[in-house]
Amino acid sequence: MLDLVGIRKTFNIGTVNEKTALRGVDLHLDDGDFVTVIGGNGAGKSTLLNAVAGTWPVDEGTISIGGVDVTHLAEHKRAKYIGRVFQDPMMGTAATMQIEENLALAARRGQHRTLKRGITREEREEYKKLLEMLDLGLEDRLTSKVGLLSGGQRQALTLLMATLKKPQLLLLDEHTAALDPKTAAKVLDATERIVNRDKLTTLMITHNMRDAIVHGNRLIMMYDGQIVLDISGEAKKHLTVEDLLARFGQTTGSSEADDKLLLS
Amino acid sequence: MNFLVSFLNSMPNAIGQGLAWGIMAVGVYITYKILDIADLTVDGSLATGGAVAAVLITMGWDPWLAMLMALIAGMLAGLITGLLHTACGIPAILAGILTQLALYSINLRIMALNDIITMGAAAAKTKPTLALNPDRNALALSSRYVRDLALNNPLLLLAVAVAVVIGVLYWFFGTELGSSLRATGANGNMARAQGINTNRAKVLGLVISNGLVALSGALLAQYSGSATIDMGRGAIVIGLAAVIIGQVLFKKIFHNFSLKLLSAVIGAIIYYTVITLVLRLGLESTDLKLLTAAVVALFLSIPYLKKKYFTKKSRKGGKSNA
Repeated sequence: MLDLVGIRKTFNIGTVNEKTALRGVDLHLDDGDFVTVIGGNGAGKSTLLNAVAGTWPVDEGTISIGGVDVTHLAEHKRAKYIGRVFQDPMMGTAATMQIEENLALAARRGQHRTLKRGITREEREEYKKLLEMLDLGLEDRLTSKVGLLSGGQRQALTLLMATLKKPQLLLLDEHTAALDPKTAAKVLDATERIVNRDKLTTLMITHNMRDAIVHGNRLIMMYDGQIVLDISGEAKKHLTVEDLLARFGQTTGSSEADDKLLLS
Repeated sequence: MNFLVSFLNSMPNAIGQGLAWGIMAVGVYITYKILDIADLTVDGSLATGGAVAAVLITMGWDPWLAMLMALIAGMLAGLITGLLHTACGIPAILAGILTQLALYSINLRIMALNDIITMGAAAAKTKPTLALNPDRNALALSSRYVRDLALNNPLLLLAVAVAVVIGVLYWFFGTELGSSLRATGANGNMARAQGINTNRAKVLGLVISNGLVALSGALLAQYSGSATIDMGRGAIVIGLAAVIIGQVLFKKIFHNFSLKLLSAVIGAIIYYTVITLVLRLGLESTDLKLLTAAVVALFLSIPYLKKKYFTKKSRKGGKSNA
């Protein structure tokens, strides 16, 4: 489904702030894979997701989604294949627009936008049902401005928007990190349900090792711009946090980074 | 008493000016409020609209066709600014200034067009003003009839024009395409993640906005009886004044999008009413730019100062609790 070959990216080339964020990443995702991504600060997790999403062009390597080479496709064109939820709850929705307007924009992801009505009556009914499923009391607030919602509600809405039109690939960038534990659990639960229901191929970054172990069928760990650990299937099911830390120490040869990895 | 009578006498003209500038304010609303771009092209494109309409009317064109051409000329100006901004990566504010400056030269040429055609080589190559007279030229409106109870009263035509413009925009911003423009201004990241070409949306918004501004210039030239090279000087500030006055006065009661556009038009009418008043009070018309700038600066700073004031207050409260 997703194929990354030799992805490299360096920021601020030629300045004192030069930082190589990705050093030759190869990754293949099968159809329906739900991959959790862990790693410390600056390991390149978010950079990897942004490279796939096309936030900026990569320096080297190729990216293809479902067999289509998207390496040189602009961000808005790649959106046809990709659903995204960002870490910042403010980033995934338009605050000054209504809930239903945000959903209607998402329902047309990857489509040519015409002079037809921006939202139809049938859509409203559908959105109401979908919002009910989130169980956040949004189903009666279709015409409320999104800016009035809490961070958790906005993240849940963004998740719904990202999956409203079934994406070939779902990218979740620490989408529960900014939420309180209770809301985070609710949003993660909704994520699990939607991903399973639609059998979505998913890349989910998380800072929580337990979440990374519990969710998905495959786990990758990043360190210094590379994938250093890739565990799937049965091996992943029996994984513990202690295992992960030990494996991290072995692969990177460092032990003092443990806390940082856990806490970050 | 005399003062009041003369003020009331000049009210119809203030309303006429306000309505014509109101269309310009709606154009500013699109860029400033919807797309979150301060577009300075408008100072030039307003004069372009006036120049194109005036020169075509003096050449014997139907005034409606002349206004259509003015609209198209304004849209082209917006297109240039949009491409300078999106395709060439120039900051929006600077892109607008560049187009505005270029339009100054172009507008002088446009107004000399009729002379060059009729007089050939003997004519001046540039012209800073072009007079229009309802006796000699076929005009769609003129301020001469602003106090007449007749169908050719310009207020009637201007009110209809405002209604049509607001109606069309209300429809447009409810479409898929129009929604993508709103999303672009509200949150570019979100818009791109939903597959919206935000660059194209910005260009389209600038095109529509400057088309309306030029249409406003075409109406103003006929209404006031002349197109001049500096009729658009400071237009952006007047447009902003109208948008902000409308917003401050009506934001609590106007929630519908069409009413928000209408509030910009009402803002323009209020602006011209105030202008008329201070002129009657003895201010020179050349003082108005200072006054306008001061008013806009004041209103733009209110939200910031309010926030600062309230933050301080709550901090004090926190201390006393501790």
